[in-house]
Amino acid sequence: MNKLELIAALKNEANISKSDAAKAIQIFFDSMADAMAKGERVEIRGLCSFFVKSYKSYTGRNPKTGEKVTIQPKKLPFFKCGKELKDRVDY
Amino acid sequence: MTLTKAQIVDSIQDKFGFPRKECVKLLETMLEEIKKPLTNGEDVMISGFGKFCVKEKKERKGRNPATGDDLMLAPRRVVTFKCSQGLKEKINN
Repeated sequence: MNKLELIAALKNEANISKSDAAKAIQIFFDSMADAMAKGERVEIRGLCSFFVKSYKSYTGRNPKTGEKVTIQPKKLPFFKCGKELKDRVDY
Repeated sequence: MTLTKAQIVDSIQDKFGFPRKECVKLLETMLEEIKKPLTNGEDVMISGFGKFCVKEKKERKGRNPATGDDLMLAPRRVVTFKCSQGLKEKINN
């Protein structure tokens, strides 16, 4: 499922216009992205939580050429599946 | 500070001006529509944010760390998240 299909599904289930469904979905994902950009944690009960993890710089290798490259320090979101979703997805 | 549903409901309310109860319902409906495909084993991809993937894990040997007993872990299905390039850049700037 992609964003457009999610918009269509929300439009039908919530009985709102397509543009309102698109706005609501944008608010949801933008709020989470903005929070993580500020380094904040995100916790959506039943779905998932995120926190931003910092990784130090390290020397890696270009797998094609074997050349050494320095990987700059970076931050990545760390995803943790919520309990309800976890139980529902598993067999 | 942790971002929770309450703040997202606030943002929805600011934007739409609906009664709060309806904003809560709208968010819950949205979450359900995201969970539905995942429950059926279908990935959910949100451009500019990331992809929620359903991964099949095979049966594997494990060990009870408390007793040291060998045991078989049943095959299971889990959700993973792959961050989009856009979100990665946003977090790192």
